[in-house]
Amino acid sequence: MGQIIQYIQSYRHSDLTPGAAGNMFWALVYIMLVFVGLSVAVIAMNWLERKILAHMQVRLGPMRVGPHGLLQPIADAIKLLLKEDIMPAEADGLIFWVAPFVVVLAAFTVFVVVPFGPTHAITDMNIGILFMLGVSSLSVLGIVMAGWASNSHYPLIGALRSSAQMVSYEVAMGLAVVSAILMTSLNAEGTGTLSMIGIVQAQQAQHEWFIFKFFPLGLVAFFIFAVAMVAETNRAPFDLAEAESELTAGFHTEYSGFRWSLFFLAEYSAMIAVSSIAVTLWLGGWLRPFPNLLRNATWDLVFSLFPGITFLFFAAICFYNAARMPKHPLFRIQTVGLAGFGMVLGLIGLILFIPVVSIRVQDIFWFAAKVAGFMYMYIWYRGTFPRYRFDQLMQMGWKVLLPMGLGVLILTASVALLQEKLWHP
Amino acid sequence: MTDQNSSLSHLDLETPEKPFLDANELVINMGPQHPATHGVLRVILRLDGEKVLGLECVIGYLHRGVEKIGEHRTYTMFNPYVDRMDYVAAVSNGLGYCETVEKLLNVEAPPRAQHVRVILTELNRIASHQLWLGTHALDIGAITPLFYTFRDREEILKIYEKYCGARLTTHAFRIGGLQYETYAGFEKDVKNFLDFFGPKIDEYEELLTTNRIWVERTKNVGNISAQDCIALGVTGPVLRASGVKWDLRKAQPYANYKNFDFDIPIGQNGDTYDRYLVRMGEMRQSVRIVQQAINALPEGPIMAKVPKVMKPAVGEVYHSIEAPKGELGYFIVSDGSTQPYRVRVRPPSFVNLQALDVMCRGQLVADVIAVIGTLDIVLGEVDR
Repeated sequence: MGQIIQYIQSYRHSDLTPGAAGNMFWALVYIMLVFVGLSVAVIAMNWLERKILAHMQVRLGPMRVGPHGLLQPIADAIKLLLKEDIMPAEADGLIFWVAPFVVVLAAFTVFVVVPFGPTHAITDMNIGILFMLGVSSLSVLGIVMAGWASNSHYPLIGALRSSAQMVSYEVAMGLAVVSAILMTSLNAEGTGTLSMIGIVQAQQAQHEWFIFKFFPLGLVAFFIFAVAMVAETNRAPFDLAEAESELTAGFHTEYSGFRWSLFFLAEYSAMIAVSSIAVTLWLGGWLRPFPNLLRNATWDLVFSLFPGITFLFFAAICFYNAARMPKHPLFRIQTVGLAGFGMVLGLIGLILFIPVVSIRVQDIFWFAAKVAGFMYMYIWYRGTFPRYRFDQLMQMGWKVLLPMGLGVLILTASVALLQEKLWHP
Repeated sequence: MTDQNSSLSHLDLETPEKPFLDANELVINMGPQHPATHGVLRVILRLDGEKVLGLECVIGYLHRGVEKIGEHRTYTMFNPYVDRMDYVAAVSNGLGYCETVEKLLNVEAPPRAQHVRVILTELNRIASHQLWLGTHALDIGAITPLFYTFRDREEILKIYEKYCGARLTTHAFRIGGLQYETYAGFEKDVKNFLDFFGPKIDEYEELLTTNRIWVERTKNVGNISAQDCIALGVTGPVLRASGVKWDLRKAQPYANYKNFDFDIPIGQNGDTYDRYLVRMGEMRQSVRIVQQAINALPEGPIMAKVPKVMKPAVGEVYHSIEAPKGELGYFIVSDGSTQPYRVRVRPPSFVNLQALDVMCRGQLVADVIAVIGTLDIVLGEVDR
C-alpha cells in the first residue's frame, strides 16, 4: 500500500509528462481528464456552433431545452442513444459496425501527444507531430469503410470524395508542418525536434511564435495549414464528403442513432485535434501572449488573472440573461437554472484566482483559448462560404497549396541557412 | 438567333453518349426525396465518377390535375386553384388567369385595380426571387443568405396578409378587378418596404456577388445558348441571361406596364452567374416599378362591370404574362357555358425544366444541384 502511494507521489514534482516519466497512474488520470474534457468540449461546441451560427443568420437557435437551449446537446445525445439502430439489409455488417469506431479511435488517439502545458500532456513522444499527422489521417480509413460498407450510392461517392480530398490536402499540410519543424532547429545547437512539447519550447527559446518567424514565411505556412486543416476535417467550405444538398449526408447517409453520433463526435474532436496542431506549431501552444515582451512580475500577475476573468465574464453573461428572462412563472426553472449555471461558472472563476491554481491552469487556459479561436473560425466559415466543387477543391489542393507549401519550405530553409551563415557565423 | 425553326438536332438528346448500361456507369436516383431537388423532382443521373453523362427528369409526384379541375368549376370558382400552381408566386398566377378571362369577356379592369395589381405582382416577383436566391445559395452551400431573404420576404407576406388575409396562396385578384379596396396604410407599408428593401439587395450581393467560391461555383456552370433557349422554349430570366432581351412586360405589355419606366436586365454568357445577376437586377427593377406605381396610384373604382354569372361567348383565348419564372400563359376555350371547356396552362417551370439535360451534360454532380437551383422551378407548377 505504501509502495503504491509512493509510486503515485513520486511523480508530483516531476517536470516531465506522466507518459515520459513512465508513471502509469498519472498517465491514466490524464487520459481520463483528456477524455472527459474532450467530451465536454464537443458538447459545448455543439451548442456554441448552433448558437453562433444562428445569431449570424438572424435567428435564435435552440431556446427550448434549458435556458437558452443549454441542455439541447444533452437532449440530442439522449435522443441519439435511444434511437433505433438501423443497418441496411445489403450492408456489409462487420465493416459497417467497425467503421465509426475506427474514425472515433483515430480522432481520440491523437490527443495522447497534444501538449496543454509543459507537463500537461499524456505523454511526450520524440515523434509527436508525426504521430499526430499519421494517426489523424487514419480516420480516412474509417470513412472509406463506412462509405463502402453502406452499399449505397451516395455514401460511396461521399467516401470517394473524402478519401481523395484528405489524401491530397495532407501533402500540402505536411509541407507546411515541415517548414515549422525547420524553424525549431534554429538554435545554438542546431537540433530540431518533432516533439510537440519541444516545438513549443523552441518557440519559447527563440522568443517568437513561429507564425511571426521570418515574416511572412511563417504566416504563409500557417495559412496553408489553416486551409488544409479545414479540408482535412471535412468542414465547410470543404464539406464535400457530406455535402447535404448533393449527397444528402455523404458517407454517413445510412447511419443512424448512436453510430451516427460517433461520426459526429469524431468530426468535432478531429477539429479540435487539428486546431491543436496549428496552435502548437505556429501560435506558441500554451504560451501566453507576449511572453517575452511583457515579462516581469506585474505582467505575469495580470496574465494569470485572465482565466478567472474569462469565467467571471461568462458568469456575468449568465446573470445578465437570467435577469432578462421573462418574469412569467413558466420561466422560473429556466431563470433559476441559468443563474445556477452562472454561479457554477463564477465559482470556477473565483477558484481560478487562487495563485496556486492559476499557475497550474493558465497554460491549459491559453491553449484552450487559442483552440477556441480556431473553433470560432470553423463556425464562421460555415456561416459565410458556399461549398467548393470537387474539381475546384482538387485544383486548389494540388495547384495552389502544394506549390505554395513547397515554396515556403524552400524559402524557410534558405533563409535559415543564410541566417546561420551570415549573421551567426 | 431569331430563326424560329432552329432545331435541337445538334444537341442529340435522344441518344445517350454511351449505351445505357455500362460497367463504368453509375446510375443514381436523385429524389423525389432529396434536400436539393426543390420539392419532389426526381432526376435519374447517369454518372461516370462525378461527371454527368446524361439525366432524365421524372415528374408528376405533385400532379393534382389543376387543368382538369378547371373544366368542372365556373370561371370564378377556378380562380383560387391557379394560386396552387406556382405557390411562391401565387399573385402572378392569379393575374394571368384574371386577365385571360377578362380578355375572353371583353372587359378591362379599372386603372386603380390595374395599379394595385402591378404593385402586388411586382412585390410577388421580389418575393419569388428572394426565395429562389435563398434556396439556390443553400444548394451551393451558403446557408446564411436563406435566412436573410426569408426575413425580408416576410415583410412582403405581411403586406399580402393585411391586404387579403392570406400570405401564400393569396387569391388577391378577381375577374374584372379587385374584391378588396386597399387597406388604410397600404401605401405607407409598401413605401416602407421599398425603403427597407433597397439596401437589403446590396446586403445579399455583398455575401455572394464577389465571393470567390460563389463565382467559381456559378461561372461557366450550366451554360445554355440563346439559340438553345429559344429552341427549347425557355423563357424568363434564364432566356434573358443568355442575352435575349425578351420580357413580356415590354414585348406584349399587359396590365398597365406600358405606363412604367423600367429596364430589362440581360446577361451574356447564359451561365448560372449571369442568371443570378439578372435576377438580382430584376429585383431592383421591380422596386422601381412599385415605386412608380405607388406614387401614381389613381383613385376610382376597383371593379369593372362583370356579370354575376359569367358566360363568355363561344371562343378561345391565349394570354400570357411575365411571371417571375418566365412566360406564364393561359389558353381557355369557352363553349358558352359557365364553365371553361378547356383550360390549358403554359407553366414556365415545366418548360424551363426541359433545359436541365442540355445544361448538365458533361458537368459534375454538384453542378446539377446548382442548375436545378438556377432554373428556379416550382414543382407545383411543373406537375400542376
